[in-house]
Amino acid sequence: MEIFIIMYSLNLNRAHTFCVLVGDNLGKTISEKILGAHSGTDAKAGDMVVAEIDYAMGQDGTTPLSIKAFQKMKGERLKRPEMISLVIDHSAPSPNEGVSALHKMMREFAEKMSCNLYDIGEGVCHQLMPERGHVAPGDLVIGADSHTTTYGALNAFSTGIGSTDFAAVMLTGKLWLRVPRTTKVVYKGKMQKGVYSKDLMLHTIGLTTADGCTYDTMEFTGATVKSMSIDARMTMANMAVEAGAKAGIFEADEKTLKYIAEHSKREPNPVFSDSDAIFNRKLKVDSSKVPPMVAKPHSVDNVEPVDKLLDISVQQAFIGTCTNGRVEDLRIAAKILKEKQVKSGVRLIVAPASKGIYLEALRLGIIQTLVKAGAAVVTPGCGCCVGTHNGVPSDDENVISTANRNFKGRMGNNKAFIYLASPATVAASALKGRISDPREVIA
Amino acid sequence: MMLKGKAHKFGDSINTDYIISGKYKFKTLDMDELAKHVMEDLDPAFYSKISPGDFIVAGRNFGLGSSREQAPLAIKHAKIAAVIAQSFARIFFRNAINTGLPLIVCQDAAKIDAGDLIEVDPSTGVIRDVTKNIELKAEPLPPIMIKILQDGGLAEHIIKHGGFSL
Repeated sequence: MEIFIIMYSLNLNRAHTFCVLVGDNLGKTISEKILGAHSGTDAKAGDMVVAEIDYAMGQDGTTPLSIKAFQKMKGERLKRPEMISLVIDHSAPSPNEGVSALHKMMREFAEKMSCNLYDIGEGVCHQLMPERGHVAPGDLVIGADSHTTTYGALNAFSTGIGSTDFAAVMLTGKLWLRVPRTTKVVYKGKMQKGVYSKDLMLHTIGLTTADGCTYDTMEFTGATVKSMSIDARMTMANMAVEAGAKAGIFEADEKTLKYIAEHSKREPNPVFSDSDAIFNRKLKVDSSKVPPMVAKPHSVDNVEPVDKLLDISVQQAFIGTCTNGRVEDLRIAAKILKEKQVKSGVRLIVAPASKGIYLEALRLGIIQTLVKAGAAVVTPGCGCCVGTHNGVPSDDENVISTANRNFKGRMGNNKAFIYLASPATVAASALKGRISDPREVIA
Repeated sequence: MMLKGKAHKFGDSINTDYIISGKYKFKTLDMDELAKHVMEDLDPAFYSKISPGDFIVAGRNFGLGSSREQAPLAIKHAKIAAVIAQSFARIFFRNAINTGLPLIVCQDAAKIDAGDLIEVDPSTGVIRDVTKNIELKAEPLPPIMIKILQDGGLAEHIIKHGGFSL
């Protein structure tokens, strides 16, 4: 039997109900099934397991420490070199000699250990893992980067871990994990014109707050997400960690299987939560009532509808990242900027999330449109978002960005202010030189 | 072993960018050098105020944000004995355990004021605020985490047991 208890309703204007689901049943969630299958246990939320990992990844901000930890563990070879990728994306190409030394260390390690290395220009790790076919439904994937939650869009359990963890996985193929509870988020209704999965996710994080899902998996379901592309689902899974979640998972459907068939040789093993699975709680969102949303400085849960922020000027606009740097995102921005000019005094920076996306966007004429409108296109990578190079703002400047994090100092200057929004809102804001509602410029 | 030191207070939602800014973490693997910049964006003089064995005392969701292990390492190399907070973000939590930085979850952390002399018994989870002469209860860590901490961190655990032994 299921009992719903309505806990609280934050704001009558907002389209949600917050419930706790209490059940007396034995069904399992996607997370319990995947972690159980990979640890040979009857895993239930709260259990600690040592699980076999299908694939693991580290980037240039975290891997050098992993290599040190691997050496400390007296590691001589990787347990399964074919399940490891190292990605140089956070400061790529290198902006200084300190970083160059770390990159060299990674290249030499990959060569010696015969594992895969994605060097500068290949793209952001979280785009490369799915795009190059390293992830399939039912997989357990870990990455030494917090936004590893992204691959939940493909029905995998994927989570971010630290450098020593990654070293342990390289050495043993295994990792200790606590089996998370699951917060189920059900989206119904059709999104308004000018509203995208980014807006839904910012709205959701506003409801949960930045630690509202700590240790939980967020399971995204409902008619709205079923109608979304894989690109759009990746945006939401990517940001699950911004609500504190360990993973953000979607069910597999025909779109998931098509993506896998096009990108991977792996055999998909779709996993679904049982109808009688026990959820920690359930959150419902009426997507038709969600407007374009913006996260204000300096936290991701500090959200407001865009029309409350229209007088804020912007000096820099950034479109890219593992959140919103995919072809669909660039196309949305290009449609708004086509045959127009970015407002004088605004710097528009574009970073396609991977080389593959860059080439596809060139083929489609998207990059040409963006450049003609005034965009500066930089190498696929993380630099601008994470503040290592490629667009560090100045003191007192406002930046509107498609990224996932707006912490103070995030983009390399703790005296700048970062607003997060969808590619449409960022493009519209770049045109007008102030935060703008994309519904006003979408034909 | 009893831990004893003074409290340095911080608020809620201390993220990994505050603990150690991304602009430093990518530059070097010298953790003693990174430690000099710990909490710099919140308090530029913080490093110079630390005496070895002191505690960081904070509110909710300490360590949210990136997976950078440099965050717990910078705190550890700044000679902080442990972090006491109402709650921790999960990647920071596991990174701290894996690198041997003790974390203490205490719902009453707000009762501790900056500068208070604190005693912690990690084996019982009892925190004593010597200045105020009060005792606060901490939540126990799961046995797997205690075992990793007792071995000195995950690398030491794997060396000692030749793999996972949890």
